[in-house]
Amino acid sequence: MSSATPVGHGLAAPNAAVGMSQPPRSASAPGPPLWLLLELTYRCPLHCVFCYNPTDFANTGQELGTGDWIRVLRQARALGAVQLGLSGGEPLAREDLEPIVAQAHTLGFYINLITSGIGMTEARIRALKAAGLDHIQLSFQDSTRELNDFLSSTRTFELKSQVAGLIRQHGYPMVLNVVLHRLNIDHVGEILEMAEAMGAQYVELANTQYYGWAWLNREHLLPSRAQLERAEAATRRFRERVGNRMQIYFVVPDYFETRPKACMSGLGSVFLAVAPDGTALPCHAARMLPGLQLPNVRDSDIRAIWYDSPAFNRFRGEAWMKEPCRSCPERARDFGGCRCQAYLLTGDADNADPVCDLSPYHHRVTEAVARAEQTAAAATGGVREQALVFRDHRISIAVVPGDPVRRR
Amino acid sequence: MSDIPGSAKPAIAHGMRLQWEPAQEAHVLLYPEGMVRLNSSAGAILSRCDGVRTLADIVTDLERTYSIAGLTGDVTAFVALALDKHWLELRQ
Repeated sequence: MSSATPVGHGLAAPNAAVGMSQPPRSASAPGPPLWLLLELTYRCPLHCVFCYNPTDFANTGQELGTGDWIRVLRQARALGAVQLGLSGGEPLAREDLEPIVAQAHTLGFYINLITSGIGMTEARIRALKAAGLDHIQLSFQDSTRELNDFLSSTRTFELKSQVAGLIRQHGYPMVLNVVLHRLNIDHVGEILEMAEAMGAQYVELANTQYYGWAWLNREHLLPSRAQLERAEAATRRFRERVGNRMQIYFVVPDYFETRPKACMSGLGSVFLAVAPDGTALPCHAARMLPGLQLPNVRDSDIRAIWYDSPAFNRFRGEAWMKEPCRSCPERARDFGGCRCQAYLLTGDADNADPVCDLSPYHHRVTEAVARAEQTAAAATGGVREQALVFRDHRISIAVVPGDPVRRR
Repeated sequence: MSDIPGSAKPAIAHGMRLQWEPAQEAHVLLYPEGMVRLNSSAGAILSRCDGVRTLADIVTDLERTYSIAGLTGDVTAFVALALDKHWLELRQ
């Protein structure tokens, strides 16, 4: 940011340098892992078809214990980590969530619980509030089975409403996250009305990202361009009616873009996730990247993991880039996009994210979109070529570890 | 937008947290999945916005602390910006 203009004795014009800081980004001197995500468990009562968790989650090692998580919190905080996400799986499945929150709060983290709400009770929210939880993000988990309930029947609605009520009663802002895909994107208007009825202040309409289970189900989940445009129009109309009362973030699926997202602001830049078994990840989905020797918090401390491990240094800087990224003037803005998407769609994690229309593999994205249009049309006619795969422990057991089911 | 009265009592907005971060040598404002790193002046102003002190009190305190006069305009303008960004809210 620009340097501040001095007004007098040491009091600079405050406007000058306010804004999001971009931590220094170079291979030699990375900034601290400002954003820590703890995936406390892969256990989850739901079976979402769009889950980004690895398809082989059931074959990963034992969950870390309370003491391990607290050690991770201490080590990360000492390095400067300050934003803490607690997710999973369903983090409420951990009975030690409250002491973990309490320790994180004492250390000075800003703590966000990312939950389906299933397992939230009056007693737990009270305990979490007392422990210092700052924020709750409640998400809708519609598998298609629930999706039908979701708008027509009421079991899901009642459960979510109760949890939303608890969240409001305990003085938290009501923040909803809804994952969009072909099977629910046409209901965006109704979803927003329901959010309004629940007293939501923020709603994130996040289009599915195609990793893990969502990757398996991509052909069923990718919306058509017409659906996307209708959903954007419905969101616009709702915004006009409701105004500032509810803030809506609409995250466009990147398959419809021509430039990639600046994934994680570059791997190893600000984000560090720890999986239930202690594996440290430079992004949520990095487990799938071949050859990345991911460190584990059972064996190394966070400082060594963040600064010294080959996995976290692998995609720092620009030396790893290939053409067209290597000479691209936009490489400092998007860092070549998503490494996992590059791997899934081109077979090489060093390639440009093929969402970029400068990538020689961009046709794989446009072809996927075209196929989705055809599948959508066929499904309307009652034909379903391949069944949806629900996130399921038994299916996951059958997935060979480290070899996520691949589809080009 | 600098028509905030001196009697207004600005406070850090609900759901946000202001704290000093040694690793960044700066005050930061924290909110869900985000952070604003503040420069020293912004930090000096926001750390005084406790919902008890009035804007006039805050200006007086800053002028005394930094031994300079005539800060009302700058401080009020920054408070207006922070209100606009929902970093601050006004208390009765």
